[in-house]
Amino acid sequence: MSASLEKGIHALKEVIDAPIASYFESCVHCGLCAEACLFYTETGDPKYTPIHKVEPLRRVYEQEYTLLGRLKKAVGLSKPVTDAELDQWQELVYDSCTMCGRCSLVCPVGNDIVYMIRKFREGMAVSGHVPDGIRSATKRTVEIGGPMGLKWPAVANVLRKAEESTGLTIPVDKEGSDYLVLLSSMEIVNYPEYIEALAKIFHKAGISFTLASDAFEATNAGIQIGNSDLAKVIVSRIVDAAERLKVKYVLSPECGHAYMAIRWEGPNLIGRPFGFEVVHVLELLDELRQKGVLKMKDKLKDPLILHDPCQIVRRGGVLQAPEPLIQQVAENYIPIADKQKWNWCCGGGGGASAIHTEEAEALRAKVFRIKKRQLEEAGVNTMVTFCANCRITIEEGLDHYEMNTKLLGLTELLAEHMED
Amino acid sequence: MNELQFLTWVRGPGLDIAVGIFLLGVLWRLFEIYSLGRKKDLAAPRQRSGASGLHTVFRRSLAPPGMLKRSPVSYIGGYIFHIGLAIVVFGFAPHILLIKNLTGLSWPGLPSQFIDLAAVVTMAAMVVVLVDRITKPAKRFLSTFEDWFTWAVTFLPVLTGWMAVQHLLLPYTTMLALHILSVEILLVVLPFTKLFHAFTLFGSRWYNGRVNAHKGVPV
Repeated sequence: MSASLEKGIHALKEVIDAPIASYFESCVHCGLCAEACLFYTETGDPKYTPIHKVEPLRRVYEQEYTLLGRLKKAVGLSKPVTDAELDQWQELVYDSCTMCGRCSLVCPVGNDIVYMIRKFREGMAVSGHVPDGIRSATKRTVEIGGPMGLKWPAVANVLRKAEESTGLTIPVDKEGSDYLVLLSSMEIVNYPEYIEALAKIFHKAGISFTLASDAFEATNAGIQIGNSDLAKVIVSRIVDAAERLKVKYVLSPECGHAYMAIRWEGPNLIGRPFGFEVVHVLELLDELRQKGVLKMKDKLKDPLILHDPCQIVRRGGVLQAPEPLIQQVAENYIPIADKQKWNWCCGGGGGASAIHTEEAEALRAKVFRIKKRQLEEAGVNTMVTFCANCRITIEEGLDHYEMNTKLLGLTELLAEHMED
Repeated sequence: MNELQFLTWVRGPGLDIAVGIFLLGVLWRLFEIYSLGRKKDLAAPRQRSGASGLHTVFRRSLAPPGMLKRSPVSYIGGYIFHIGLAIVVFGFAPHILLIKNLTGLSWPGLPSQFIDLAAVVTMAAMVVVLVDRITKPAKRFLSTFEDWFTWAVTFLPVLTGWMAVQHLLLPYTTMLALHILSVEILLVVLPFTKLFHAFTLFGSRWYNGRVNAHKGVPV
C-alpha cells in the first residue's frame, strides 16, 4: 500500500461516525437518490447514482467497523480499497457531484448522502485523488489568498474604481465597524458591480462596514477539495480579521460555497463557536426590506425565474429571503415547480466548475439541460440568481446552447432599482 | 427425521436459536453502529419550525414532491408490500397466538379471508418490485447478491405461509414446518443484511433531520 493511500484510508476511518454507519446500514439499494441527481437524470448513466459515489467509503466502514466485515477481512474475503479504485472514483466524487444535496432530501430511509460525500472527499484529498483544477485553486488560496490568485493590490484597485463610480467611500481595515464584508474572487474579477451595489446599500441604510486587506476572500477551496486542515487555514484568516477589527457581523457574499464554509463549517474547522455572527448578504437585504429601508424607485418588467443556489438555500438554510426580495424588484417573477430547497443545481458547485478537463466540461454542458428546460418551460428569457459560481456556470451553459437568456445577480438588481 | 420431527424441531430448538441470534444480533449491530457517536456542531444553530430529527422520521415516510411520478413502482410497490407484510405478520390469528406465547402480548386478529388477500397482494407487489429492480437501470446497477438473497428470504415466509393455509403442493405439516424454517432464516439474516434498515432507518432519518435542522432546513 502506498503511503498516500494509507493516509487516505486513515482519513476515511477518522471521518466515519454514527450517522455514516447508520446511513450505510439503512441503504436498501432502491436507487431513488439517482432520480434526484441531475448527473443521472440528464445522462441516464447509473454510475452517477449518488450512493454509488461513496462505495469505497462503505467498504472501509464495513471492513473496519463491523464484526462481520472484520472477520471477512481477517480471512481475506473482502476486497480492499486500492489506489486504482480511488482514481476511478475521482470522477464520481468531484466531476459528477456538486455536493448540491438534493439526494439527501429524497432518500426514503433518510440517508444524508451529501454528508457522506463531504467526508469521503477528506480521504480522496489526502490520498491525492483530486482533479488538478481544484488542487491548484486550493494551492492558490492557501499561498496567495484566493482561488484565482488575486492579491490585495488588485482588489484595492477594484475598490477604488467602485468608489469613483459610486462617489462613496469603501472603508478598509476600519476597527469597530458593524460588518466585515467578504468577497469572492469571482465577484471581484467578473462582477465588480456587486461591490458597488453593497456600498450603495450600506450607505443608504446607514450601516458601518469595512473590508479587511488580509481577509477579503470568502471562498474556501479547502472545503471543496475536502481537506479540513487547509480549510481551517483559510477560514482562520477571516476569524482573525473579524476579531482584530472587532466587528459584530461578518457578511458572506452571494457565493454559495463561501457561505457554507464560513457560516456552517467555519466554527467546526477552528474548533470553537465564533464571537461574531455570520450573515448572508440576502439575509441582511431581507432584513432591510422588512424595515422599509430597501425601497425601489422602479421594477424590472421582464418575466423571470429564480435559480436558488444549493449551498445558500437547500444546504445553507437561507430559505425565505430570496423570494420576497425578487418580488420587491421584479414585476413578473414566475415561481418554478422545483424551487427553493427543491431547486436543481447549475452543475458547477462543489468545485466542479474549477475542473477544466474535456470530459468534465462536456458533462457540465450535458447536465445544464435541466436549467435549460426550466427556462423553456417557464417561457422566460431572464434568470436571476445569487451566487457568483452559479453565474459563471450558467453563463457557460447559456453560451453552449446559444441561448438568448439574460442572467442577473440579485444584489446588483436590487441596487440598480433602489431609490436614490 | 420425519415431517413431524422436523416440525417439532423448527417449533422448539430451531425457533429458540433463531430468536436468540436475532435478538443478540440486533443488539450487537445497534451498539456497533451508534457507539461510533458524532461530533458536536459548533456553528450557531438556526431555528425553523418543521425542522428537527423527529419531523424527518415521519416526513420521509411520504414521497417527496415529484418523486412519485419519477419512480411510481418504488413508492406504490414499496408501500403495498411493507403494509402487506405488517398485516400478515401481525394480523393473522395464529401469529398473534405465537407472540402471546412468547411475550404475553395479545390483540384481536383479522378475518382469515382478509389475511389471504393481503398475502396474495403482498406477494404480487414483491414480484413487481423485483421486476422493477431488474428493469430500472439505477436499481439493477446497485444490485448485488445480497439484494436478490434478501428479497428471497422475505418472500419465502409469505409464500410458504400462504401455501400452508391453502394446503397447496405439500402436506400441511411439511409446509408449516418449511414456513417456520423460512421465518427462522429471515430472523437470522435480518441483523446482518440490508434488512437491518428496519431498525436503522429511524436513526438515519433522525440524524439527517437533526443535522439539517441545525441549519434551519426541514428535510
